[in-house]
Amino acid sequence: MNWLIEIVLYLLLLTTAFLALSVKDLLAAAAAATAFTLTMALLFISMGAIDVGFTEAVVGAGIVGVYFIAAVSQTSRRTRD
Amino acid sequence: MTSPSQSVIIIVAGRALAPLIQLFGIYVIIHGHYSPGGGFQGGALLAAGVILLRMTEGRCAAQSEISTEAAIPVASIGALIFAGTGLVTLAFGGHYMDYGVVPVPGIEEPMVRYYGILLVEFGIGLAVMTALVAIFDDMLDDPSPENGDVDAGKPAEDLKRP
Amino acid sequence: MLLVFAGLLIHATLHLPARGDPDAPMHRERNRAGGLVAGDYFVRNAYRDAATPNMVTVVLADYRSVDTLGEVIVVFTAGVSCFLILRRRRRYD
Repeated sequence: MNWLIEIVLYLLLLTTAFLALSVKDLLAAAAAATAFTLTMALLFISMGAIDVGFTEAVVGAGIVGVYFIAAVSQTSRRTRD
Repeated sequence: MTSPSQSVIIIVAGRALAPLIQLFGIYVIIHGHYSPGGGFQGGALLAAGVILLRMTEGRCAAQSEISTEAAIPVASIGALIFAGTGLVTLAFGGHYMDYGVVPVPGIEEPMVRYYGILLVEFGIGLAVMTALVAIFDDMLDDPSPENGDVDAGKPAEDLKRP
Repeated sequence: MLLVFAGLLIHATLHLPARGDPDAPMHRERNRAGGLVAGDYFVRNAYRDAATPNMVTVVLADYRSVDTLGEVIVVFTAGVSCFLILRRRRRYD
């Protein structure tokens, strides 16, 4: 049962990583990076490292995502490449 | 994002969620001895509450909790609490951060370590919270037409929402 | 290039011990040179030393607190450098 959840999480990890790199809209890329971090935190928790997962969820999904969004709101929203 | 959001839903949701997030942050710091968590996570949660308020209601919100100017000094106070605890143990003849050597009357050595850990976690939480809030404030610190003449950190009365 | 590097990483990962393996070198009492393993000491003595059930907290704030001090200094330095670089100068007019 546990490995089933982990396989789903790994697939989600790959999907969000690919999305964050390929999307042109920077706000969507920031959201995808946040989703990547949250999936990573869930993976840590499923491996038993609850403290690390908690830190990852709070800092990665809570704070760094907001910083990305703030930076996007201060600069341009589209990438050129 | 420097201006307050126009939607009532966003403002009400932010106001409802921020106290819960901060309460959970304080719980995580204080209860870190028994459950996952600690100063870093709790401080980040407290900062998340303040940042949520500042995102939804404009960057002049929640200034009474941590004002923009006081953030960096309070962060240094938190870091000094942490480093000072280590220095106190150094003064009593132990290693740096070896809390057990501090003689507290009536408390045994493991409990001294317990309270030392609590003090250190509190310092970490304070430093992390205010440093993260300061980074957020500085990132949004641009002269926009509405608050162009307002000095950084001073909440202008006409910008405060009722 | 990318595939070669990924293959190298996967090849290295295959030789790691399984997750939660009690015979892994990390979980033994003594390492191959005969010295005591630090993790075993932490697991055995965390509650006795600090009366705290959560041994992660004891490791972070007591045994390895200098490491945590460095962590806090990193965050604090980030805050100070943002303060110095990004904050708009006061107008004197």
